[in-house]
Order: sequence, then structure tokens, then C-alpha cells
Amino acid sequence: MEQKLAGKRLSLPKLGLTVVLAAFGALMVLPFVWMLSTSFKLPIDVFNYPIEWIPKRFNWNNYQRVWNGSQPFDLFYYNSVKVTAITVVGTVLVCSAAAYGFSRIRFKGRDAVFFVFLATLMIPDQVTLVPRFIIFNYLGIYDTHFALILPGMFTAFGVFLLRQFYVGIPEDFSEAAKIEGAGHLQTWLRIILPLSKPALVSLVILSFTWNWNEFVNPLVFLASKELYTIPLGLTNFIDESGTDYTLMMAAAVSSILPVIVLFLACQKWFIEGVVSSGVKG
Amino acid sequence: MFILPAIAGFGILTIVPIVLSLIISFTDWNFLDGLKGLRFIGLRNFTEMWSDKWFVDSLRNNLLFAAVTVPATIVLSLLAAIGLNKGVYMKSPIRLMIFMPYVSNIVAVSIVWGTLYNPSMGPINSFLRSMGVADPPGWLASSAWALPAIMIMTVWANVGYNMIIYLAGLQGIPRDLYEAAKIDGAGPARSFFRITLPMLSPTTFFVMITSIIHSFQVFIAVFVMTKGGPGSSTTVLTYYSYRTGFDFYKMGYSSAMAWILFLIIFLITFLQWQGQKKWVHY
Repeated sequence: MEQKLAGKRLSLPKLGLTVVLAAFGALMVLPFVWMLSTSFKLPIDVFNYPIEWIPKRFNWNNYQRVWNGSQPFDLFYYNSVKVTAITVVGTVLVCSAAAYGFSRIRFKGRDAVFFVFLATLMIPDQVTLVPRFIIFNYLGIYDTHFALILPGMFTAFGVFLLRQFYVGIPEDFSEAAKIEGAGHLQTWLRIILPLSKPALVSLVILSFTWNWNEFVNPLVFLASKELYTIPLGLTNFIDESGTDYTLMMAAAVSSILPVIVLFLACQKWFIEGVVSSGVKG
Repeated sequence: MFILPAIAGFGILTIVPIVLSLIISFTDWNFLDGLKGLRFIGLRNFTEMWSDKWFVDSLRNNLLFAAVTVPATIVLSLLAAIGLNKGVYMKSPIRLMIFMPYVSNIVAVSIVWGTLYNPSMGPINSFLRSMGVADPPGWLASSAWALPAIMIMTVWANVGYNMIIYLAGLQGIPRDLYEAAKIDGAGPARSFFRITLPMLSPTTFFVMITSIIHSFQVFIAVFVMTKGGPGSSTTVLTYYSYRTGFDFYKMGYSSAMAWILFLIIFLITFLQWQGQKKWVHY
């Protein structure tokens, strides 16, 4: 009982530290708040100083102009959703299969191949942009969504993340399955996959975020506007709107919102994904 | 069998392009001329680079960028992590706020910051003026301030990510070490330098390497906010390589630059890897 009473006292140093960090956090979020508030303003009010955090004159029009305006923003959204969804599903399938192969199946040179996989993580995207451009042209998939989905699916990172996790699953599980007479496919589907849910969820979330925010690949590999994803569509939007900041902010908010919502809903997984990709490596 | 799809896909999409890129970097090739326009010129791309102002500026900017943003990010994220770890109220919301910039679309973020940086009317300069700064920086419009402007935004975006990594690292330090230190009479500063920092050195090493690698991959911010300007004050290797390949269609030169970029990253990483024996404790 005494401990409960002691815990109720506010600790002064703790409070001080909280204030400092909260201020830092607020500073970090400030641009977002400004973005949100500007998206609701009238164009002439944008730069009023002192800053009107809550617009004195609300303008609901901006969002309407974004979605129904000259650019097919809703099409961009649809494209982003479609490409991201397919890529994420593909990533999970391909990478988990590969991770299983690298951790559970023994074959000659396994670790060497894995190492090559890893080494490519260091190679900047720029190196592969030009050749991919040429290859895709040759294969006829330039200016299609495939050009976005395929590179996104075959990522060394996904394989790495899952393989590290699989290695941590005790051998007994797969041993038990083997005794029951299960082949590799069964073992993978029935045992390893369900066990690796946490890592899979992290992969899904991270993969979703990257693919949603992906800009360079659409920039290089897409030519037709109807295929644009949100980040690319956003830049087009900017070029057209010129100095209409309220419109740009509304568009920006619309682009960021899905990931922020996802993030808020699944913070724990996000953070775990970040940590496991880094520290355990 | 299992790894077949991954390997096949990976092979076509990554390994083959890497090899191709190396080959192309030794050529002079205007893509629009088709395959017959391909001419081998050996190392000429690589030697020409050094007299190309845009290339040299790109290289310089990349180095500057890394030299400034990496330490800044490390220090800020370390401090934030330590603070959060010590014990604060509202730990979760604060952590959220600091991490939020990282998950946001860099394109959208660049647009927002571009507007914030508006020299005459933007909030940042209005604020500075109200604080008595007579002649606030021209930010993206000034060749002196454009690169710092991008640096600031980049640090802002990355502190959250590195803070999370540091938090995880901090939580891995056994409590007993601190207890023992206290018994020996060590104050908070001493235990920080003698225990916390050394125990964190693997984490710091990781953060440092990934931050450096990421700093060399800056692209979107430059593309959206400045397109390398004013003049060539904000061009970076990724941007110039892109521009050479996809605006000017000089594929050979573009590939050559990309490989230089890789070599630099590799070199720095390698040096760090060697250096870690000196200061990283496990």
C-alpha cells in the first residue's frame, strides 16, 4: 500500500524531462500541423503572421478541388493502392519462401548465395536504374505497373528480415514435422508461417510504407499519366498549381494520411519492424 | 526450390542490371539512338567526370551533406532516446510524434517544407523576423542556404528512426552495470561516459553506417525542392546521375557516376568496418 502512495507523487525531474521532450516532439510535428491547417485556409490567408493555427476562415473547398480537379487524383490513389497491395502480397510470398529456403534447407553454397543477396543491399538504386530501364523496355513492361511491382517484390531486405526470424525458430518444430512425415512445403505452410506472424506483420507494414511512398521507380518507369501513383501525381499537381499553396497542402495531406493512419493503428509493429531489421542484424 | 522465385526475380531485376550497368559505364551511349549508338570508350567517362563542374559539385555536396547530417542525427536521436528511456510521462505520444516524419511520404514532406522555407512570406522567415532577425536566409532561393535547408529537413525526418534504434540499444544494457557504478560512487555523467556510451557502441556503429549510406542516397528532396539549384549548389550524385541518364540520355556517363557513388559508399563502409575494432565493444 505504501508503494501505491509513493507512485502517485509527481517527480519533478521526470516532469522537467517530459516538458523538454514533449517540446521536441511538438517541434517535429509542427510542419504537419501547419500543413493540415493550411489545407483548410483561403489562399490569401496562407502566410498570415502570427501563424493562424486554426484558420479564421475555413475553406473546405480545397479538398474538393484536389479530388475533383484537373488532375485525376482519385486515379492516382487507386493506382497507389493497387500497386502497393499487389507488391506487398507478392513480397510476403516470395520473401518468406526464400527465407525458408535459406534457413531450413541445406544446400551447397547456401550461405554464400545469401551473402551475395545481402551485399546487394549496399548498392544504391541509381546503379540499377539505367539497366532496368533498358531491360523493362526490352521486355515490354516499361510504362506498366509491372515495372513497379516486380522490383518491389524481390527485395533482399524482405528475405533478410524473415530469414533472421526463421533462424530463431527452434529446430524442434521442423523436426517434429519431419517425423510426422511432412515435406518442406507442409512444414513451411503449417508450422513456420504461422509462427513467424510477428515478423510477417512487420514486413507487411514496412513494405506497405515504402511502396506507398516510392517515387523514383514510378518517375523513371512510368510515362502515361493514367498509371501514376500518388507521389508522382503529387509532383504533377504541384507543377500545375504553381503557387496555390492551399491546394498543394490539401493534396499533401491526402497523400500522407493513409500511412499515418496505418502507423497510428499499428505502432507497435512498425517499431518492432524497425528494431528487428536493425539491431538483430 | 523455395528460393527459386526469389533468386530468379532477383537475378533478373538486380544482378543482371548491376552487371549491365558496369558494362554501360564504359560506353558512350545515347539511348535514343538505339543499340547501334553504343560505343565503347573505356575509362573516358571516369576521367571526364573530374572536369565536369556539376559532378564535382555533386560530390562535394554529398560529402558535406554526410558530414553534417550524420553527426547531427546521431546526437539528436541519442539524446532523445536517453531522455525517453530515463522515464517521462506521455512516453508513447512523444515517441509517436518524433517518429512521424519518418513514415511520411518524402514528396509531400518536401512540398510542405518548400513552402515553409518561402523566403519572403514563409512561416519560418516570418518567425525569424518577428524575433528580430533583420535579414533571414533566402533558404531554397539562396545558393548558400539551399543545401543547409535540405539538411535540416533530412535530419528532421530521420531522427525518429534512429531514436527507435537507440532506444532498443539502451534497453539492452544490463541494469546491474549502473547499480555497480552507483555503489562505486559514480555520478550520472561518469556512468554515461563509462557505461552508456561504450555499451551503445555497436548501436552507434549501426546508426552511423546506415545514416551515411542513406545520406548519399538523398534524391527526392533535391528533385522536388530545388532540382539541383540555385546554380549547382544542391546537386547530389543521385540527382546528377538521374539527370544525365534520363534528361540528357547519356547512359554511359550516368552509369559511370552511379558506380562512383557505389564505390564511395563501399569505401566509407569498409573503412568504418575496419575502424570498428578500435572503438566498438561487444
